[in-house]
Amino acid sequence: MAVLRRDLTLAWRQRGDMVLPVLYALIVTSLFPFALGPEDALLRRIAGGVVLVTMLLAMLLALDAMFRSDIEDGSLEQLMLAPQPLALMLGMKILAHWLATAVPLIVIAPLLAGMLHLPSPVIPVLLLALLLATPLLSLVGGVLVALTAGTRRSGMLLALMLLPLCVPVVIFAAGALAAAQEGLPWIAPIAWLGAALVMAVVLAPLACAAALRIALDS
Amino acid sequence: MANWIPLWLHKLSSPPVFYGFAGKLRPWAIALALILGVAALYGGLVLAPPDYQQGDDYRIIFIHVPCAWMSLFIYGVMGIAAFIALVWRIKLAEVVAMASAPIGASFTFITLVTGSLWGERMWGTWWTWDARLTSELVLLFLYLGVIGLYHSFEDRRQGARTAAFLALIGIVNVPIVHFSVNWWNTLHQGSTIRLLGPSSIAPSMIWPLLTMMAATKCYYVASLFGRTRTDLLALESGKDWVRHIAENEVAR
Amino acid sequence: MSVASLQSFFAMGGYAAYVWPAYGVFFIVLLIDWLAPQFRRRRVLRELRARMARQDARKDRASRNSTAAT
Repeated sequence: MAVLRRDLTLAWRQRGDMVLPVLYALIVTSLFPFALGPEDALLRRIAGGVVLVTMLLAMLLALDAMFRSDIEDGSLEQLMLAPQPLALMLGMKILAHWLATAVPLIVIAPLLAGMLHLPSPVIPVLLLALLLATPLLSLVGGVLVALTAGTRRSGMLLALMLLPLCVPVVIFAAGALAAAQEGLPWIAPIAWLGAALVMAVVLAPLACAAALRIALDS
Repeated sequence: MANWIPLWLHKLSSPPVFYGFAGKLRPWAIALALILGVAALYGGLVLAPPDYQQGDDYRIIFIHVPCAWMSLFIYGVMGIAAFIALVWRIKLAEVVAMASAPIGASFTFITLVTGSLWGERMWGTWWTWDARLTSELVLLFLYLGVIGLYHSFEDRRQGARTAAFLALIGIVNVPIVHFSVNWWNTLHQGSTIRLLGPSSIAPSMIWPLLTMMAATKCYYVASLFGRTRTDLLALESGKDWVRHIAENEVAR
Repeated sequence: MSVASLQSFFAMGGYAAYVWPAYGVFFIVLLIDWLAPQFRRRRVLRELRARMARQDARKDRASRNSTAAT
């Protein structure tokens, strides 16, 4: 808990960093109508997917920084030596990171969706899908960031590593949106996302701890 | 009882012993791969009759299918080696896992290119978002991720162990991707493309295929041993046995 | 084998543009995969020999200095 509070305080002190992914998402989304033309029907069709992929890219942008400051000032090594289970504390760190980066993104998601004329009945489904997909990405991303903890450059590598892992997440989240847009039942893909999230909540912190021990052990 | 098997394996996992063993076996493996490969090519390109539906285009299958097989098989070997490397911290397992990655990536790349060339005629498009193609592409990204992570570490052994962990995550991921893409396809496409028709394959077509599979497997063993030997030399360069090899090689 | 049959073999029933590039990729990629570690091996051994030569030279110099001192 102390870890969570500390990380959130740190994030709050660096409010500027929290705004950056939001701005990035806003810019990317507003580029699409310029590239594809402002027709309503077309934008409506692609709105869900565009918002999802934009969120994913914005999160990828912030992912790199998840443990960076902790590695630089050595507090991560202290965490590893602490008597509390490392997995639990890393889980808290991932939660703090999710609260600081993904929640602002989810808050502006309806705005982005509205800019692209996503029908308003679909917006609750979009929010639900994002609410399940973004923590999933944070958790999986946390494991990968832990793996690259011992290296110097990791930005592009992180993207290469995350891409195969986020394919199913994108498919199911976008599938729910597409189904909702066509008036079909969208519970099944959402349920898959939820099941994956439960699995990830249990396993990812453990994997993250193991990865960190491997990557920093020398 | 059968005590000598673990003993032998234990001995084999010591780098100098494995170096010698691999060096002795490698020429045989590559010779076998070449003989089988030439026989399979002759059978596939010359002896096998043209397919009544696909003409001569189907002859790409004789390399496409074995390579696709190898791309998965090598990932399996890499995963097992990665598991052994992480659990028992055996240096040889780390080296084998990391040496497998580029070979697997090569086979995956060949699979994608030959599949595209085949699909261009059969489906009229060189790329389609079919579950198998997409999984194969994801597999290539996984291989590249493992290789990239391995090379981003200064310390080779640490890089190997970290990349081994990523390889294990990937093993969980491949079936999930395949399943999700399948699900996604049924959502978006009315009809999916049949990759291989139900038509029974003639024996004159099946034996070159099987021979080529054996040839690629032999090639993998030879290439793996070659890479492993080089990596062991680089990793153990301070040790006496490597110095001996370096001195002997200059004498020749 | 006559010239005509050889020609028809290379034509691959009109699919030459697909079959031969596929086999070409197969062989080129595997050839690269085969040669890359050989070159690396040679480089590793060369570097190792250079390092050994340096170490020997240093040892030589050290022993010469010590004999000169006595």
